[in-house]
Amino acid sequence: MKMTGAQMMCESLIREGVDVMFGIPGGAILPFYQTLPEFPALKHILVRHEQGATHAADGYSRASGRTGVAIGTSGPGSTNMITGIACAQTDSVPMVCITGQVARGAIGTDAFQETDIIGASMPVVKHSYQVMHAVDVPRVVREAFYLAKTGRPGPVLIDFPKDVQTEVGDFVWPEEPQFEVDYRPVLDANPADLKQAAQLIAQAQRPVILAGHGVIIANAFDEVQQLAEKTQTPVITTLLGVGGMVSDHPLNLGMPGMHGVAWASMAINEADLLIAIGMRFDDRVTGRLSAFAPGAKIIHVDIDPAEIGKNVRPTVGIAGDANRVLRQLSQYIAPATHPEWLAHLDRLKKEHPLFVPKGGEYVYQQEVVESLSKLTDGRAIIVTGVGQHQMWAAQLYRFKERGLFLSSGGQGTMGYEVPAAMGAAVARPDKTVWSLAGDGGFQMTMYELATCAENNIPVKFAIFNNNCLGMVRQWQTIFYKDSYVATLYTKNPDFVKLADAFGMPGIRVTKSDEIADAIKKANAHPGPVLVDFVVDPMENVYPMIPAGQSLAELIEDPRLKQRATAGQKAH
Amino acid sequence: MATGSTHTIVAIVHDRPGVLNRIATVIRRRGFNIASLSVGHSERPGLSRITFVVDGDELVADQVTKQLRKLVDVVRIADITGERLVGRELALVKVRAAPQNRAEIIQFVDIFRANIVDASVESLIIEVTGDEDKVTSLISLLQPFGISEVMRSGRLAMVRGMIAGGDSTNVARVMANGSGPTPLVEVDRSGG
Ligand SMILES: Cc1ncc(C[n+]2csc(CCOP(=O)(O)OP(=O)(O)O)c2C)c(N)n1
Repeated sequence: MKMTGAQMMCESLIREGVDVMFGIPGGAILPFYQTLPEFPALKHILVRHEQGATHAADGYSRASGRTGVAIGTSGPGSTNMITGIACAQTDSVPMVCITGQVARGAIGTDAFQETDIIGASMPVVKHSYQVMHAVDVPRVVREAFYLAKTGRPGPVLIDFPKDVQTEVGDFVWPEEPQFEVDYRPVLDANPADLKQAAQLIAQAQRPVILAGHGVIIANAFDEVQQLAEKTQTPVITTLLGVGGMVSDHPLNLGMPGMHGVAWASMAINEADLLIAIGMRFDDRVTGRLSAFAPGAKIIHVDIDPAEIGKNVRPTVGIAGDANRVLRQLSQYIAPATHPEWLAHLDRLKKEHPLFVPKGGEYVYQQEVVESLSKLTDGRAIIVTGVGQHQMWAAQLYRFKERGLFLSSGGQGTMGYEVPAAMGAAVARPDKTVWSLAGDGGFQMTMYELATCAENNIPVKFAIFNNNCLGMVRQWQTIFYKDSYVATLYTKNPDFVKLADAFGMPGIRVTKSDEIADAIKKANAHPGPVLVDFVVDPMENVYPMIPAGQSLAELIEDPRLKQRATAGQKAH
Repeated sequence: MATGSTHTIVAIVHDRPGVLNRIATVIRRRGFNIASLSVGHSERPGLSRITFVVDGDELVADQVTKQLRKLVDVVRIADITGERLVGRELALVKVRAAPQNRAEIIQFVDIFRANIVDASVESLIIEVTGDEDKVTSLISLLQPFGISEVMRSGRLAMVRGMIAGGDSTNVARVMANGSGPTPLVEVDRSGG
């Protein structure tokens, strides 16, 4: 069938199962946009900034498991997408980005709005294409979606010159992605490695499972839980692994590392075996590598062979899909118990609890998260920004369902919280979506409130308004003797008025006893809504392991000690 | 040039626009140290063959191989350092050749089985092939006469003999999932 390149693009996207795209048009992508009315099955959400389009596609993808699609025009439209692409790349999120490009003949001439987006994005994409003939569109789209989703997922960019969009050719849909190469992610473990891993597991006295984002991506929730239960091995989840297991599972220890819970970091320190699944030993998890898990043998399972041995040398390295490898491993595993180890960890948990302050002059961020957790029954999709509130969310929200925590982990992209929550809400209309935003991060992408209001995308925005760049301010408190350079806001906007201006209700909370009411109101409101929690500007996240230190050098909340001494005096 | 150990890595890649750019991007971004790189057509149309000489130990070579393998345009890649291999480099050397020195230069060329491929009143262009040591030795012998230009191709390498069921890069035997290296050098990751 004869079609234009733009029609082929639309037809191919539909065949790939795309139902919604986030984007902004411009000259170089206009032929594609003008074709959209012929394809009503393709819904397009007009965002306010292309960074928003990419994070929305990312949030859509993480919340649904389907590949998100973002669209921008050439030049600035495409460069605006780079932050979101990098964020998705580091966190292994499948995404397809389509950028307009100047006509083929104009490429290389510095034409108006020409940017070499293929070159500019090269280090942060899984792969990219510049389609030079309309007839190539179906194949390229097929490959792009296949690449984005398989193996270690990631963003794929398709650069689409304007005259290719209007060129006419025969539409031929390849049933299979046609790689001339054998792009074949390694999925299965070999028996020798499985046997060796099983042996290590059988011998371990103090084993720990380290579950990362890969567990969620590979849908290996059940497999991890079964391994944990069968061998009575506690599970520690990395930041992006939060939500890999329900929070209240007795074997779930929570998050380790820089702002992880003390007992999880201690467990790693004392473990004699780490079973690392779908995680990459990021420095925020390991602290100083040379002092990481000093007594532990390591089994490392990851879909990306390059991760195995990159930061940490495992005793057994298995490249493969977490779900499949764990199923294969289960055949070699015998039930085991570690009552002393678990009892010991339980003691650590009691001796080194999280400190949750209450009843101060301001609302405390921790109270807000705890309240949210209760009033959404641990079943909301939680999308965070980056900084203190992100860490409190990871520490304190008690997930009753799995895979509901969305956060920019690898890049720590402030501004993720608003558009990613929007994408998540579009993907999961069955779920309540809360965007947990710092007042800093919120202001980086708050323009997407307009998109939410316009399309009635019912995100609940919670601003943790501490009037500063909290996490950086905390570093200045602890490492720079209270020298607050460029972190304190002297004039923040009135976020409630802002909500009103964008066309959604805004609620301000300044006292602890108003928290619950505001959350309930927001939950009950059918559309988007904003709650401005005016929180303590000087509150710090603990525990904290200073960058480059070992997990043993963990700093606990000083108030824990004060409370302990006060308790002793009272007795 | 090469300090300490080097590894020879051979890759078969798609002959498409931007492929070298992608490879260079990975090398730069990951901070790999490449002593030489040579590219040319392979036995199959549409596929090019690259030989990399990588400065660094086994662990570095392991990462180079694995990170480059992730590129969709890289069809095959393997570290062939441990294999029985033929490694050759080609160099063109333009050397000043005053009449009183010519005989001596020609003698060196003969000893090294090199060729004189161009001669002018003042200079000769010498072509030499061999392993890097041989090429380096000839160049240093010619140095006193006055070298005005050197062009070295970088190593080309190929595994000796036929490997049943595998191709010339011997990739079949290179495991996709090796046990990896020891903790890498401590880097300062204290950024916020
Ligand atoms: C785009 C971007 N710029 C800068 C930073 C550095 N940074 C990390 S946390 C942080 C402060 C975040 O402040 P806010 O969003 O208000 O959240 P809070 O820490 O106060 O909860 C900054 C500036 C970043 N992570 N991302």
